[in-house]
Amino acid sequence: MFGHEFMRNAFLAGSFVALACGLVGYFVVLRSQVFAGDALSHVAFTGALAAAAAGIDIRLGLFAATIALAVGMGLLGERARPDDAVIGSVFAWVLGLGVLFLSIFTSGSSGENGTAAVRVLFGSILGLSVGDARLAAVIGLAAALALLLIARPLLFSSLDPGVARSLGVPLRVLGVGFLALLAVVAAEATQAVGALLLLGLLAAPGGAARLLTDRPWRGLALSAAIALGSMWGGLALSYEVDSLPPSFAVIGLATAAFALAAASRYGTRIEV
Amino acid sequence: MPTELAALSWNPVSDFEQLTEFSFMVQALEAGTIVAVMAGAVGWFMVLRRQTFAGHTLSMVAFPGAAGATLVGLPLAFGYFGACAAAALVLAAVSRPAGAGRAGESAAIGTVQAFGLGLGFLFVTLYSGQLNSLESLLFGTFLGITAAQVQTLLWVALAALVVLVAIGRPLLFASVDAAVARAAGVPTGLLALAFLLLLGLAVAATAEITGALLVFALLVTPAATAQQLTSRAGLGLALSVALAIAVTWLGLGIAYFSPYAVGFWVTSLSFGLYVAVRLALALLARSRPQPLGAAA
Repeated sequence: MFGHEFMRNAFLAGSFVALACGLVGYFVVLRSQVFAGDALSHVAFTGALAAAAAGIDIRLGLFAATIALAVGMGLLGERARPDDAVIGSVFAWVLGLGVLFLSIFTSGSSGENGTAAVRVLFGSILGLSVGDARLAAVIGLAAALALLLIARPLLFSSLDPGVARSLGVPLRVLGVGFLALLAVVAAEATQAVGALLLLGLLAAPGGAARLLTDRPWRGLALSAAIALGSMWGGLALSYEVDSLPPSFAVIGLATAAFALAAASRYGTRIEV
Repeated sequence: MPTELAALSWNPVSDFEQLTEFSFMVQALEAGTIVAVMAGAVGWFMVLRRQTFAGHTLSMVAFPGAAGATLVGLPLAFGYFGACAAAALVLAAVSRPAGAGRAGESAAIGTVQAFGLGLGFLFVTLYSGQLNSLESLLFGTFLGITAAQVQTLLWVALAALVVLVAIGRPLLFASVDAAVARAAGVPTGLLALAFLLLLGLAVAATAEITGALLVFALLVTPAATAQQLTSRAGLGLALSVALAIAVTWLGLGIAYFSPYAVGFWVTSLSFGLYVAVRLALALLARSRPQPLGAAA
């Protein structure tokens, strides 16, 4: 399996993307920001298509769009926490914009552009070049380190914002910083698993870890481990089974982990 | 989409005649109106119950349903409705054992959504890459609606509205104050399940027209706009429906005379309206002294 260059690249990029997703995802679940993560993944789709329509590097569009939205949501969020309806209205429109860029892009150039939208939506981890894979690994590693750096105050402010604020923890800076970090991870992961499936890698490992343990550090490690395991298992599975797309295999394993965690919790019936 | 663009003559009567000249436009307008009425009404309750994320997930699940039906060779509508109903049941079941408040619930919903989309992608891959159909599954076929589809939609919408009228009052009670409703003997758990199923039905019908990705333009934005304008239930519902219809008609009309997709116009119009209303309300609140008890 590792004799193929594309598999080595996929494992290199996938490992670090999964690590970053697992770590960030645990906090996403803890802070109840799954819907915000969902919105970011849709913005990634629009950003990538906008870049494709304008003829510039897709990665540029991805990062610019997700970071801009994340900082915007973070700045609006502190005073009047944006509720479901606001996020929903915004990204209904963002998806509409995506359709516009898609139609511009497909009418502007002919040929295999139908596949471009599919690549953005569902990822193409087996098509990464060595350079792409190395870059993805570096960004993933940097995001993971950045998260570990702010993990302690972030945990404090997520669990008890009132006490954290009174002890001088800068809630707003942390909140915006975290959303920006989430945006970087989202943009990076879009290339591996696609804009639509990214949510699974964020929500499922974090959700499973939270169901399995109440201790934060153990949960964080567990979340990263589940994400990594799903990524490795999914890649290996899709290599063995011909018609299985890798992004589906990865998400399927992460979902299975979450379902198992929920089932174990259901059996013990812990009082919340 | 017509390859030759129609020219706008700025004469309302002849423009309208031009708009309704082709049967596909008439059917699109009929289907759009039916869907808008249903989505406006159901969406109003969805926004009130803060189940936007669940609604979004249901709309995403419409995509694997349709893709799966295509793969097996069943009619598309079957896939849409089956998948959405199944997902509504899963969501209702999964949000309870996951426990741990809203955090656990949203993680569960997100996981269901991602898995559904992954499944859809798998079906499309197995169907050996008909990529054109993928695009229309995700972004809808506003202009390819048949008369038979309009008929089905009409029946579905009627059924949904009848159910909504039947459970409307207790549902409103349970949505506004769940604890008091439960104490007064309203079966809130059963109502929640019934509403999720109703939402699944509405979403499936809408997704067939607008595509899985654009359901929200009709389901959330008009309802959110209406709730900005009034907190009275009857008025809000009527307003939400009226806005959804207006946005659909205008979007279809503009799209007919422009090279861009219907989905883009409908989402942009409804979002523009939402932003305009919020800005106007903010300005009004600033220019006039706050009345007692008014929300900011």
